[in-house]
Amino acid sequence: MDRWPSKWMDLPIGGVINIPGTSTWVKTGTWRSHRPVVDLDKCIKCLMCWVSCPDNSIIRLDDDYVDVDYTYCKGCGICANVCPTKAIDMIEEGGR
Amino acid sequence: MSVTVRQVRTGLNGDEAVAYAVLHADVDVISAYPITPQTIIVERLSEFVYNGELDAEFIPVESEHSALSAALGASLAGARVFTATASQGLALMYEILYIVSSLRAPVVMALGNRAFSAPINIHCSHDDAYAARDAGWIQFFAETVQEAYDLTLIAFRVSEDERVLFPSIVNLDGFILTHSIEPLHVFSSKDDVSKFLPERDPVNAIDPDNPITYGPLALQNYYMEIKRQQAEALFNSKKIIDEVFDEYSEFSGRRYVPVKKLFVDDAETVFVLLGSTAGTMRHMVRKWRREGKKVGVVSLTLYRPFPEKEFVESVKDVENLVVMDRSFSYGSPGGQLYMDVSAALIRAGVSPRVLNVIYGLGGRDFTPDLAEKALEVATSTDVPLIWLGVRGD
Amino acid sequence: MARQIRRLSEIPREELFVSGHGLCAGCGIPPMVKIALKAVDGPKVVVNATGCLEVATTLYPHTAWRVPWVHNAFENAAATASGIEAALKALRRKKNWKNYKIIVFGGDGGTFDIGLQSLSGALERGHKFIYVCYDNEAYMNTGIQRSGATPVGAATTTSPAGSVIPGKPENKKNLMDIVLAHRIPYAATINAAYPVDMWNKFAKASDYLEKGIGPIFFHYYSPCPVGWRMDSSLSIEISRLAVQTRLWLLYEVDHGKIKINVMVRKPKPIEEYLKLQGRFRHLLQPENSHIVERLKRYIENNWNRLLKLAELDSIY
Repeated sequence: MDRWPSKWMDLPIGGVINIPGTSTWVKTGTWRSHRPVVDLDKCIKCLMCWVSCPDNSIIRLDDDYVDVDYTYCKGCGICANVCPTKAIDMIEEGGR
Repeated sequence: MSVTVRQVRTGLNGDEAVAYAVLHADVDVISAYPITPQTIIVERLSEFVYNGELDAEFIPVESEHSALSAALGASLAGARVFTATASQGLALMYEILYIVSSLRAPVVMALGNRAFSAPINIHCSHDDAYAARDAGWIQFFAETVQEAYDLTLIAFRVSEDERVLFPSIVNLDGFILTHSIEPLHVFSSKDDVSKFLPERDPVNAIDPDNPITYGPLALQNYYMEIKRQQAEALFNSKKIIDEVFDEYSEFSGRRYVPVKKLFVDDAETVFVLLGSTAGTMRHMVRKWRREGKKVGVVSLTLYRPFPEKEFVESVKDVENLVVMDRSFSYGSPGGQLYMDVSAALIRAGVSPRVLNVIYGLGGRDFTPDLAEKALEVATSTDVPLIWLGVRGD
Repeated sequence: MARQIRRLSEIPREELFVSGHGLCAGCGIPPMVKIALKAVDGPKVVVNATGCLEVATTLYPHTAWRVPWVHNAFENAAATASGIEAALKALRRKKNWKNYKIIVFGGDGGTFDIGLQSLSGALERGHKFIYVCYDNEAYMNTGIQRSGATPVGAATTTSPAGSVIPGKPENKKNLMDIVLAHRIPYAATINAAYPVDMWNKFAKASDYLEKGIGPIFFHYYSPCPVGWRMDSSLSIEISRLAVQTRLWLLYEVDHGKIKINVMVRKPKPIEEYLKLQGRFRHLLQPENSHIVERLKRYIENNWNRLLKLAELDSIY
């Protein structure tokens, strides 16, 4: 919160948030109990995981292969579930 | 500012006068729903728009709740926005009143003051104005049709000032002002008025190049700071209102002040009130003065923010204060104005005898006889509260 | 012109709805929002009714939005959008204002129930915006209370699977029928298991708005792992099953002409759908088989009715 004013007289008027996208300051990756791991050998670049991820945590690489950004990933497992080639595994955090 | 602009003497009822002010303010968006006694305002405005006299979007919403909701959207988008309502309509808007002021969105609303149901009644009480008193809106009270016109123009100028940015309500007594034709002066065109009221230059308007999040969720860690800022800003708007009153007085040749006083300097008894009844009381006070009775009258043109300093200054040496409420705060010690006045007096450390008079509910006439009765009670007893002219008491 | 796509790789990378929001793991709302903000091209503003999407994406001072975003209250998103649209019209005419498109998001509570009047008013007045109802079939934000969108038999906290009354006794309200009664130019159902279809509908809507054609309405099937008591990984799978069982009909109505976008010739048994969700588990008990039968009749009637309507040149 040190990036946002604290005292009442310093806040933007009207209770607005005048900087776009400040939610990225909140690292929701701490919610996760399982993490997705991609096996690129199986990836067919269909991008279903990328388009379905609620937290923009699938990184779409230049060549349309995918990787995972763990900063915000909540570990929901949608990516693994939608993958037609089972290229994504959900691994317990702290495991392996 | 010393601009000489042509004015036209004409005769209009209060609703029409407001509609002309809105026309002369060159509003961009009108969002309103019909309700007596305000309806004439939106009828006239519809005619102006449909006949091409006013270049504005008229949103014929399906409820008052939507009227104010749409007005908020339009204001955030940067438009000059007007709405009008009364009584039950204001009650239906209630949820959104607070949101408009909290988002610091300038909107001007004409409120044709009318009693709340039940029983349903279409005539004047100040229930609706008082219901909005805590909602963070600036509130003006018109005493005459002329004032309804002038205050509507003033309200736009005040609300849109970047040092203010709060919505305003212009109160005009239902039927007594809304439907009574009185002579008044109006400006001859929007171009003339624009010298006092230039087009809106919005602050923080919706702009895809500068994305702002309006109306987020704020919880224990920030809600109180946001509200503290809002409270301070509304208090601070008082000095801008004073400034605009002065400027408009010069512009129009009609003097506007937050607290209007007549014969208060040496008065032993002073009546305090809002709206059109002030005219009746002024007439009575002149009569009483001729009879040698030291009576004065104070009426508030500005009700919110409460002009505490000027008010206390004007009544601090008075023995008897008669606070007239055209409403009642059920279960409270008295009417709503009475409670404002009482708090102000306590803070100032002055303690006159205060009588709270409840009068004129649901449009009941306030007659000279009733004024005599109020003066008699105020100067001869220690009764704190009377319902004036009610059968059975 | 917004682009019609055939592959997901045609979707641009840049996100206007960003990470760090507080929506639950596996929430069905973001996949739709992300596509809406990209497929509706050019400058835009979002209006959001009170609900999950609103509270979870704007917890002060953290906003997930990189477009202007307006929240007024629960029941008035369509009215708020009406005001913005009217203002924009006036300001463009009078002051040459910059143009933008308006997208409204409201949940099923804010659309089927408390916001239905303001939506109807706005549709009748013909304001040019896109309204998306994300339907997770209950008041999820307040803790899973039944709404007019909750399907028959579903257990919620105000329609629990009781021993006397086993879940919600009433059928789901048909919102699309209500919307279509306003004869709006374009309305469609959308589903995250069919992202190309969803994209193309938003892109078409975007083009319509550009031509001054609106209002436009989308009804989005929005899975809620918490409220539906299912695994968080199943949101897209359940979305697809909803279509494959004919429970969720994927269609569009373009100027009155119905097109069924996914023709489900051999529907899967509804039990496959029900068994994945805790809210329906009690229906699989023998004593509640009559509710499943009722649901089957409801599905069959809806499907047959849609087929018949789709034969017409126009339902308007």
